[in-house]
Amino acid sequence: MQSHLLLMAIFAFFVSLVFAVVAKDEPRDQLRFGSLMFGGFLASAVVLGWLMYPFPL
Amino acid sequence: MRATAAEETQSGTLVLLCLASWIIPGAGHLWLGRRAKGLIFLVALPLMFAIGVAIRGRLFPFELSDPLVGLAALADLGIGAVYFIASSLGYGGGDVRAVTYEYGNAFLIVAGLLNMLVVIDAYDVALGRK
Repeated sequence: MQSHLLLMAIFAFFVSLVFAVVAKDEPRDQLRFGSLMFGGFLASAVVLGWLMYPFPL
Repeated sequence: MRATAAEETQSGTLVLLCLASWIIPGAGHLWLGRRAKGLIFLVALPLMFAIGVAIRGRLFPFELSDPLVGLAALADLGIGAVYFIASSLGYGGGDVRAVTYEYGNAFLIVAGLLNMLVVIDAYDVALGRK
């Protein structure tokens, strides 16, 4: 398992899951909050990745 | 003002609850009857930690000379018993040459920090704040 994108998605999944379960009590709210957070993680990672693309290592 | 016996018993129970919640992720919520939440923490947090170990992350040593390493070690310890089991079995040595080394560290550190958050949540539930 060496795909950075996959590892980032797994990481985002676990963090979103725990935050959603801690922050909300109703399953419907948990699903909504967790999905939003997971999507936010993925979207911000892709956007930041592209923003850093022009910079050399 | 002296604490009454009931208050002392309650604070003793709270300490035990927090300790149990730290040692076994989700145990505090299970104790308080929040089964679904407790089971999710019980599965998700050790699994996250195990993934961190599997992708060659490192369990940092307690080195006070390097504050960041010391803080990372403290965060690793946040996962509770799983930390001691993994380190006693020789896991968590880390491999700095592995492509996934930094990701592994992130998984290990964040799993510990999330368990600390879960302990605080269990404490709040026990006090009736949630």
